[in-house]
Amino acid sequence: MTDLFSKFDPLIEMRAGLLATGVTDPFGMVMEKVLSPTVAICNGRETILLGTYNYMGMTFDPDVIEAGKQALDDFGAGTTGSRVLNGTYAGHRAVEDALKEFYGMDHAMVFSTGYQANLGIISTIAGKGDYIVLDIDSHASIWDGCKMGDAEVVPFKHNDIDAMEKRLKRIPEGAGKLVVLEGVYSMLGDIAPLKEMIEVAKKHGAMVLVDEAHSMGFIGPNGRGVAEDQGCLDDVDFVIGTFSKSVGTVGGFCVSNHPKFEIMRLVCRPYVFTASLPPSVVATASTSIRKLMHAGNKRAHLWENSKTLHQGLRDKGFQLGTESPQSAIIAVIMPDLERGAAMWEALLKEGLYVNLARPPATPANMTLLRCSLCAEHSAEQVQTIIGMFERAGKAVGII
Amino acid sequence: MDRAATAEKIAALIEPFNKKGVAITDASTFAGDLEFDSLTVMDFVAAIEDEFDIIISMNQQAEIETYGQLIDAVVKLQG
Repeated sequence: MTDLFSKFDPLIEMRAGLLATGVTDPFGMVMEKVLSPTVAICNGRETILLGTYNYMGMTFDPDVIEAGKQALDDFGAGTTGSRVLNGTYAGHRAVEDALKEFYGMDHAMVFSTGYQANLGIISTIAGKGDYIVLDIDSHASIWDGCKMGDAEVVPFKHNDIDAMEKRLKRIPEGAGKLVVLEGVYSMLGDIAPLKEMIEVAKKHGAMVLVDEAHSMGFIGPNGRGVAEDQGCLDDVDFVIGTFSKSVGTVGGFCVSNHPKFEIMRLVCRPYVFTASLPPSVVATASTSIRKLMHAGNKRAHLWENSKTLHQGLRDKGFQLGTESPQSAIIAVIMPDLERGAAMWEALLKEGLYVNLARPPATPANMTLLRCSLCAEHSAEQVQTIIGMFERAGKAVGII
Repeated sequence: MDRAATAEKIAALIEPFNKKGVAITDASTFAGDLEFDSLTVMDFVAAIEDEFDIIISMNQQAEIETYGQLIDAVVKLQG
């Protein structure tokens, strides 16, 4: 018998080798108690959280929590059904209304996760014979959606407008074309030149889908994302987003002005064949989304945090993923996986949690310590974080 | 463009990507013999696409394992 697991042997060996050096297992960390959006007890120690996607700190917002509790009392723990059968509750409609208002768009469709939103929309709208032109650094959910839909998949070099245009030009006449972009690329925290790219895509007759998972709530005057910030949201056909980042719970969505959009509810299999989100989750999401519409002060403070951390780490001699702070993500580039893991562990001992990111999730085979800031991090916490990085970096020999 | 002329052009294009100077035949595999990782594949495919003004989608790339298969595919894609 061929062991179907033998294909994982190289990864199992690599992991065993890393753990044999004595480093704490980066994937074994447990948050025993969460004290606030920015502090938790991790492995028994009070730890500043700098590796969550809780950009706007909504997880402990009192109104959000109250809405969730009320929905649990009124509607129960779960729906036990798909949206198209017995799974549409008042709360699902309410959260879709909140999304339409938040983005100023005609249609909104909620999925059980952000992964499913990309998987469902991309695989359903781009099928056999259609072409998907996408950035090579796209999220796994985008790639999986491409594969599931059976369209011709044509990647181009990250953020390279010319490379994208060349590929669009060569697509056979009459074929359906979908360009897939992200507002913020989550590994390095860099943004896309959406305005220019969307202009080119439209010139070649392509529809455009933009994943704004890491920008919602924070980037743009109303927190609608990078497309809003660059003044091109009206030219985006489909915006994909998530509730598991700035919104502070779990779920995914697509908003669109396409006149036929509602048919998606019948033809999109990851939507049809999944139980809908629990009432408490959609209630917290609605409340959070409505509060995010008026969160200008929080957005301004988060930008301050991002700028301060970027400058602070640069001044200490760390190599960063972007020249300037472009989002709430600051990626610190590590020389290799071994020292990256050692640095990650040293920071954890200092009382700081960041994400250790490694290939294949990272571009160009980089090992990254990825920091994501929160609007609830105080200016003082950011200074503490810079001090922790300096001590850990010196101890591990990176700076 | 016939197979010989296409092969000649591809031979020139692959040179900068063949960092270990592997002796390439039609049977050479990209993943095994040439040790191309995903980034190298992307850059190499882009070079071929630009030279011949074609698209080699990822779906088509999945069918191309050897150097000879690549030449055949490029001949075919030029129509």
